Amino acid sequence: MPALWIQNARVIDPASKRDSLGDLFIANGKIAASLSAADKKRAKKIDAKGLIACPGLVDIHVHFREPGQMHKETIETGSRAAAAGGFTSVVCMPNTAPVADSAGTIQLIKDSITRTSCIRVYPTGCITVGMKGQTLAPIGSLKRAGVVAITDDGDCVQSNELMRRAVEYAKMFDLPIMDHCQDHSMTVGAVMNEGIMSTRLGLKGWPHAAEDIIVSRNVILATYTGAHIHMQHISSKNSVEILRRAKARGVSVTAEATPHHIALTDETLATYDTNFKMNPPLRTEDDRIAIIEGLRDGTLDCLATDHAPHTDYEKDKEFDFAPNGILGLETALAVSLDVLVRQSKFKLPYVIDLFTRKAAKIVNLPAGNLAEGAAADICLFDPEEKWTYDAKAGFSKSSNSPWHGKTLTGRVKTTFVEGRIVFENGKIK
Amino acid sequence: MPWTRRHLITLEELSLAEIDQIHATATAFKKILGRSVKKVPALRGKTIVNLFLEPSTRTRMAFDMAAKRLSADVISLDGASSSTTKGETLRDTAENIQALNADMIIIRHAASGSPLYLSNILDIPVINAGDGAHEHPTQGLLDTFTMKEHLGSLKGRKVVILGDILFSRVARSNIHALTKMGANVTLVGPATLVPHWFTDLGVKVSHDLKSALADAEVVMLLRIQHERQSSGHFPSLGEYTSMFGLNKTRASWLNPKAIIMHPGPINRGVEIDSELADGDRSVILEQVSNGIAVRMAVLYLCSGGQPESVVTTD
Ligand SMILES: [Zn+2]
Repeated sequence: MPALWIQNARVIDPASKRDSLGDLFIANGKIAASLSAADKKRAKKIDAKGLIACPGLVDIHVHFREPGQMHKETIETGSRAAAAGGFTSVVCMPNTAPVADSAGTIQLIKDSITRTSCIRVYPTGCITVGMKGQTLAPIGSLKRAGVVAITDDGDCVQSNELMRRAVEYAKMFDLPIMDHCQDHSMTVGAVMNEGIMSTRLGLKGWPHAAEDIIVSRNVILATYTGAHIHMQHISSKNSVEILRRAKARGVSVTAEATPHHIALTDETLATYDTNFKMNPPLRTEDDRIAIIEGLRDGTLDCLATDHAPHTDYEKDKEFDFAPNGILGLETALAVSLDVLVRQSKFKLPYVIDLFTRKAAKIVNLPAGNLAEGAAADICLFDPEEKWTYDAKAGFSKSSNSPWHGKTLTGRVKTTFVEGRIVFENGKIK
Repeated sequence: MPWTRRHLITLEELSLAEIDQIHATATAFKKILGRSVKKVPALRGKTIVNLFLEPSTRTRMAFDMAAKRLSADVISLDGASSSTTKGETLRDTAENIQALNADMIIIRHAASGSPLYLSNILDIPVINAGDGAHEHPTQGLLDTFTMKEHLGSLKGRKVVILGDILFSRVARSNIHALTKMGANVTLVGPATLVPHWFTDLGVKVSHDLKSALADAEVVMLLRIQHERQSSGHFPSLGEYTSMFGLNKTRASWLNPKAIIMHPGPINRGVEIDSELADGDRSVILEQVSNGIAVRMAVLYLCSGGQPESVVTTD
């Protein structure tokens, strides 16, 4: 493979605190400090004037629906959507069919990743058998099979005792636990945030207290066991506050926020559009602002999309009957740039950090930096390009996105994995 | 002002003028209903489909009768006989109904937002006959019509809605209509069934029956569902009755000329004493009769009729 020479980019690598106009050199799929004169002559040159070159983005929360629900997404289509969004490493959730609660299923997923994925995809395993919350899954064997974390995402472990044992047991393998924080007894039949909007619309509400209680539980368990617990897609102001205080005390907890929770509120549900139905639900403006502030002061560690594909016919239903979840990979960067950089005045390198180094660190992925010798996973994007997102023309198998037809600013131009171009100018290579 | 709406989905979206137009049209139809021949040819040759995906006898009968008084043909589909129980989607069912050349669809559905969803799919008018805990616009219209008959203008009048507000589509539609008409609305009931969020809709929320009922000119009771007890919204029907049931003593706190309303069906002895339900302050049966005229008005206007031409339709 010839060397690669990305020229005239604004290179932003938060891990090495680099933010400068200049060049990036890639030899043998790795970041190089420079190239020999001979290599420079032969290198494929890419003029990146006006573009940002940053580490390939990292998403620690996606649903690729394989095995079992491949009509919604496959590892192949999901990885393409990821590449189109500038992502080079993603962590996929275990709520497949069957769920990923055995080494055999993990092997099946890994085989498909090897065969079909154009980016790096890392599997997670379940905390409990069948994600039923009753008995521990074979966590050690899952780790040996290659999972990077365990989670019952979507089916929060309700038993405090079982969660405590899971945390203790996983700590032995240095395996992070990720938790979708939801007290099920408080959210039976709930389809949106409980509040003024659910009252108006006559829809069953999901009170943020149901999230806050489990976040508190997890803070207590992390304190008690000394183990690390990662809180998925935080949606409430109170949860942010609980995490802020826990972190100030040095408790080993981390948390993520999604682009949709920082961009949208439950007001968007006024027309019962199921492309705004997700779990945890969109909340109020107060919550939205609190999550942004949580990202600003480091209470929330990273951004993650919770990319959750569903087919049109599954979403095309009465609001109560439609499944939760929206696409996220192809719009995450543009939406976050809009909300965090343009509206909330975050520094661009800080936002990139949330999508790269900080995300990778939570589950110890070898990703998220452009240090010499690191794999040349790179995202090249134009922060100013305006484009209209057509979810139907996207790379995901599904098109359930609240941003369908919306004009976004900031567009991924090229995505490299190990120095190979996997996505360029709207096409998968 | 001409009537321009094709669908009736919510009272939240109607203007005061539109509510008045429906009421005025209902008044004209009510006169017709008092004659020996109670039928007008306004919707002759039109087919109306009653799609009731959630059980209801009263509302369905009232729509049925209203459509027949307008000379329309009516086809009724209920939850049990409809194909949605066989796994067909609501979209498929609705598109089939439209393909059969129906002229209008009346829908009752347990899921909030379904009539709006249908109105976005279909070209024919969609009338909401109750969607989940969202709205029941014709009930709100007939309730306010009945109040106007007794009180005249509702401006500044004190109206109390008592009971399970949280799950009540009747309450929501009435709140939207009453606040537009200038009434002072107070919601009362246990805190679990009357959450504070409702104040955002421009009404008062109270958990103190005595002060809420004091001098009220209308008290509207809502049916208490037994299921709410098992879901922990209140301890027992007995406890509910002892705290919030309307009895003779409590009714004496009302304005002497106050009327008592209930959308039915009534749990006698639970939310209201039988004696009061049948007493001379009760207008419960008038609500039922007015339901026909009001629904005739809605069907007539949404299928293209104009308020001022009602009398000339026969
Ligand atoms: Zn998820």
